[in-house]
Amino acid sequence: MTPAATTAAPAAIRTSFVLGMRCQACGHTLDACATQVCEECFGPLGIAYDDDAIARVLTRQVIESRPRNMWRYEELLPLTRPPSVGAGTGMTPLVKADRLARALGVDELWIKDDGACHPTLSFKDRVVSVAVSKAIELGLDTVACASTGNLANATAAQAAVAGLKCVVFIPDNLEPAKVLGTSIYGAEVIAIRGTYDDVNRICTEIADRYPWGFVNVNLKPFYAEGSKTVGFEIAEQLGWRVPAHTVVPMAGGSLLTKIAESYQQLARFGLLGDAPSSPAHKARVHGAQGAGCAPIVEMVRENREQIRPIKTPATIAKSLAIGNPADGHEARQAISSSGGFAAAATDQEIIAGMRLMAETEGLFVETAGGAAVAALRHLLASGHIGRGDGPIVLCNTGHGLKTQDPLLGVLPAPTSMRPTLANFEAHLRSRR
Amino acid sequence: MATVRIPTPLRKLTQGKEEVVASGATIGALIASLEASFPGLKERICDDAGQVRRFVNIFANDEDIRFLKNLDTPVKDSDEISIVPAIAGGR
Repeated sequence: MTPAATTAAPAAIRTSFVLGMRCQACGHTLDACATQVCEECFGPLGIAYDDDAIARVLTRQVIESRPRNMWRYEELLPLTRPPSVGAGTGMTPLVKADRLARALGVDELWIKDDGACHPTLSFKDRVVSVAVSKAIELGLDTVACASTGNLANATAAQAAVAGLKCVVFIPDNLEPAKVLGTSIYGAEVIAIRGTYDDVNRICTEIADRYPWGFVNVNLKPFYAEGSKTVGFEIAEQLGWRVPAHTVVPMAGGSLLTKIAESYQQLARFGLLGDAPSSPAHKARVHGAQGAGCAPIVEMVRENREQIRPIKTPATIAKSLAIGNPADGHEARQAISSSGGFAAAATDQEIIAGMRLMAETEGLFVETAGGAAVAALRHLLASGHIGRGDGPIVLCNTGHGLKTQDPLLGVLPAPTSMRPTLANFEAHLRSRR
Repeated sequence: MATVRIPTPLRKLTQGKEEVVASGATIGALIASLEASFPGLKERICDDAGQVRRFVNIFANDEDIRFLKNLDTPVKDSDEISIVPAIAGGR
């Protein structure tokens, strides 16, 4: 079912606002196709939209009249036909986090909780919904990805919905439970003997030879656009204003880059506030990584343009453990130009962040969400975020049920007792 | 002679060949030898300062040369060199 099917006037063919693809480094343009690399300079390809045409049709009222899913921003997404999958994806809760705000000593704090994203409980459902829909537009019959967890789950699930073949490449040292969360959807899983970065490289070479849609390789320009919907939703849920600070977990750096871009796009199309000139430039974006794999944080701290890749990532935030981040340069630029900063969290700080989020807001966030809480603490301490600056949004990228391993043995064990009132009351006395 | 895998964006310069052979004691020398056989190839891989562009990764027998000696990484005849676009990933 597509969003169009849930509205009064379903449209088989919709107006496309996509002009084609454009190299973000050299400006070279080409028609939309399954490739991520500029043939002239190897630079990353982005999507070129017809901004004038979008400006003529896109208003807050138009968006607000649509179903509450990620496709309500369809003019700003790179499809040319109604989406094939993802009718239930997006519009995740923006939770006002007053108890967590008090614990951290800030005035206004919100959690954008993509741990509630449909159908696989991470923000990857958004990007994969775009990539799989695009794969169908391009006539591909197989989708694939390089992943260790959230992306694998999302790709396998949406491929099943679309009836496409799915091949997922993983490092061969993954825990069985993580593999299971992908295999259940009927995907073929191939375990590569190496790290995630090795898996990524072999997928890039396979995508170069076989006509498969690798969602995070040759479909990446389309896939990445799906991340903008996180930022669109944050602004809409805040009453069409952008937060003073957004703290975003970083792996490859694409999510942060696209959230920053989404705020700029909303401003450009006059969708923010009452005045068209609402200050998107004052929306500072900050990045969070695990201390054992923080190549983008280091670039920001050292104001350095070149990535120094991490050979052996060591952090419990496995979904952030990319030693060679593809969008590191773009993320650094987005952070710096917004006036933001970045911070790394140790394993202990990540666990403390997960526990604090759960104990104050009732949200069981994945390790990456714990890293975001820890990064916020660091950024408050260093003065990069002021306690009374205005709304702060923390992005949680996935549900904690998917990353339980680091918590094993950390949380208190249940109290065991025989079923008598005397035993219970003895236990109560021992707690005092 | 080492074997060099050529990605799609560079195959216009190698007459469509996916794999070519090239000589050179180091990666830097190998790129110079590729340039001699396939003019224009070096400037696509390296920037004006002669360093590998940030959108390009080079692997010597599956190891990223940034973990070895970059352009000074030694190359043997039996080695397999891959030139791979950097733009991929997101787990």
